[in-house]
Amino acid sequence: MIANFGLAALWFAAALAALQLFAGGLGVYRPGNPLGALVRPVAMVQGGLVALSFAALIWLFCVTDLSVLLVAKNSHSAKPLLFKFAGAWGNHEGSMLLWVTVMGLAGAFVALAERRLPERTMLATLASQAFVSLGFYAFLLFASNPFTRLNPAASEGQGLNPMLQDPGLAFHPPTLYVGYVGLSIAFSFAVGAMLTREVGPLFAKAMRPWVLGAWIFLTVGITAGSYWAYYELGWGGWWFWDPVENASLMPWLAATALLHSASVLAARNALRTWTVMLGVVAFSMSMIGTFLVRSGILTSVHAFAVDPTRGAFILALLAIYIGGALNLFAVRASTISEGERFALTSREGGLVVNNLMLSGALGIVLVGTLYPLLAEAMGTKVSVGPPYFNPMTALFVLPMLLVLAVGPLLRWRRDRVARVRPMLLAPALAGLAAGLMATIAGLKLLPAAGIALSAVLVIASLLPLHGRNLRTVKLPVWGMVVAHFGVAIALFGMASDSAFTRERLVAVNPGQTVAVGGWQVTLKQVEPLAGPNWTALQADLTASYLGGSEIALHPQARSFWAPPQQTSESALATRWNGQLYAVLGDRSEDGRWQLRLWWKPFVTLIWLGGLLIALGGVLALVGRVMSDLRRSSAERKIAYRRMRQGR
Amino acid sequence: MSGAIKAKHQRLVLVLIALAALIGAGLLAAWALRSQASFFYLPAEMAANPPEPDRAVRLGGMVEAGSIKTAADGVTIAFVVGDGKARIPVRFKGIVPDLFKEGSGVVAEGKRDADGTFVADNLLAKHDEKYVPREMKDMTAAQARQTVEETK
Repeated sequence: MIANFGLAALWFAAALAALQLFAGGLGVYRPGNPLGALVRPVAMVQGGLVALSFAALIWLFCVTDLSVLLVAKNSHSAKPLLFKFAGAWGNHEGSMLLWVTVMGLAGAFVALAERRLPERTMLATLASQAFVSLGFYAFLLFASNPFTRLNPAASEGQGLNPMLQDPGLAFHPPTLYVGYVGLSIAFSFAVGAMLTREVGPLFAKAMRPWVLGAWIFLTVGITAGSYWAYYELGWGGWWFWDPVENASLMPWLAATALLHSASVLAARNALRTWTVMLGVVAFSMSMIGTFLVRSGILTSVHAFAVDPTRGAFILALLAIYIGGALNLFAVRASTISEGERFALTSREGGLVVNNLMLSGALGIVLVGTLYPLLAEAMGTKVSVGPPYFNPMTALFVLPMLLVLAVGPLLRWRRDRVARVRPMLLAPALAGLAAGLMATIAGLKLLPAAGIALSAVLVIASLLPLHGRNLRTVKLPVWGMVVAHFGVAIALFGMASDSAFTRERLVAVNPGQTVAVGGWQVTLKQVEPLAGPNWTALQADLTASYLGGSEIALHPQARSFWAPPQQTSESALATRWNGQLYAVLGDRSEDGRWQLRLWWKPFVTLIWLGGLLIALGGVLALVGRVMSDLRRSSAERKIAYRRMRQGR
Repeated sequence: MSGAIKAKHQRLVLVLIALAALIGAGLLAAWALRSQASFFYLPAEMAANPPEPDRAVRLGGMVEAGSIKTAADGVTIAFVVGDGKARIPVRFKGIVPDLFKEGSGVVAEGKRDADGTFVADNLLAKHDEKYVPREMKDMTAAQARQTVEETK
């Protein structure tokens, strides 16, 4: 019943998307056509319907309705409720439904809230949003129907991959998807602006809050995903350059570039063509990421679906949307008139460097991610890992961060380096000192460069506040400072983790003590333990840092029975200056237990920095939205007064 | 470059710089991929045409029955990976994946050392029925059947 309702809601939503596309197209090319007035309400109802359809799927998972194929394949009645709920999107069909839900809701939200753009551009934007949604509705309905029935119903479900049975699943994919798919708004704004030739500061100002919103979710999603992989996979790493991770990093790099170039367009009416291009590229990266993850073309830790028809379907959608948008760009780029000019030494100049370097890093990640697929198609099997990605991305990111220290201090249009040079003395000295110490300590090149740069940035990121009355500093400026400070913090965490991590891998008898990086870790015993749908062997460890008080740690080796699989649950002890990470391994024939221990100084700063970057985005967003609201209410008052005086 | 010329052609200059940066990134990427991508070897390929000792590669095959030996430290193991045509000795220090066992498939990431032993720094084993390392899917049908039998 509920399944039929969900499917019907999905079909209706798809039909409304078609209507939205048709009415929007009419509104754009036959201005004054009454159907144009339908577009906004239709977009809102469409968003509501697809959200209802998704709610129906969640309901089916929560009650474990085994007459639905997807539930029978991916859920189990004995699973804790949180994982039944989150399991709704822990599979291919459910996650694609989440994708179109976010897309529909984003369109509805824009239709509801965005009033600044000329109405014709707005119609073109919503029509473009509907056009993209339509393809993904078709993909769901024809190639990935989440509501397919199973007759007769299964007697029990097959269960959820134990790797996914973690509270992270409830939080991580939705956050990431809101970010990923939220970028569709930027894509639609760009297409709408190109169709109606309205590329200018107004377009950038209207687009910016939406991009900022999506970017905040993407940042939080990537940060959370990195921490999840770190404690769940038990390898002690926080970034694996796994294609699935790259799939989320690439839209983030493009969106970050877009945010910066949109600020140039909004403030100075320059970089018009480039900003439109980035709007198209950012969401294209989201779609490429979806293709990589959802087509089953990669078999990696995260990829569960293997079905070539789906791959071909998504590939066709990619060709239509990315190809179409790039074609439109090629046709219209020459009609976008050149923006304002600026000198190289200026705020704009710094932001251009930022954009080039981010695009370069994006290119490196894209090539490294696609290369193994291309090579395999040619008959060679290769894999590309950290030895490629680390130095190559650093080649672009480190110079960009140097410019980050200077750029925010420069004035728009034209400035002199000599003017800001005195301010840069302090960060330069800090960087030199840190770099010198790192070299004396014998660190490798990349960690040493990272530590020196983070010292520069910690000071330089705060300099835009220098000499200003902090109470009058506007929120977007606070946002920029906090986000850039977050970059410095995260960079220090990364460099510290790769430079100072200490690792011990030992086999010990109960009662034995192991030393690692200032910690004394004792294995007391190993005991069996039972959970709701697993059994485990749990180690009882006590750890003390530099002779301090003892902390208890309980790493586990878990065995799930539906589906039968083992996972290892790491245990973490967090201090202000780092984390102790413990994993329990196998028992050897002589009765000793394998223990793997890491002491990771300041590793937590990586995720703290990520959250600060997102917080900076939140501050900027709140500041922008508040000033927009103030302006529109002031404009209304003026209009009202004029009307009264006119009478 | 004088200010006037620069102002006149600023758009062109920006486009050229962007193009140069992207092409540069592409060339760099291509160069780095040639030297850093890690190739996949079957035991027979590795025996016939061994990679240079310091190059990171992947070796995939079956763990030979009776070949797993644990060293005195309790955390280093030695085993043999074979494909019916050749046998490569492998050494690994670490916690083995749960489904790593004799007679089943494995992909080892690491380097060959001077005496011909493959020193692995990571092992990938068949995880569950939904996850198989990419290389393992192409093993012969017999090996796949055997792998399935073993891990049932």
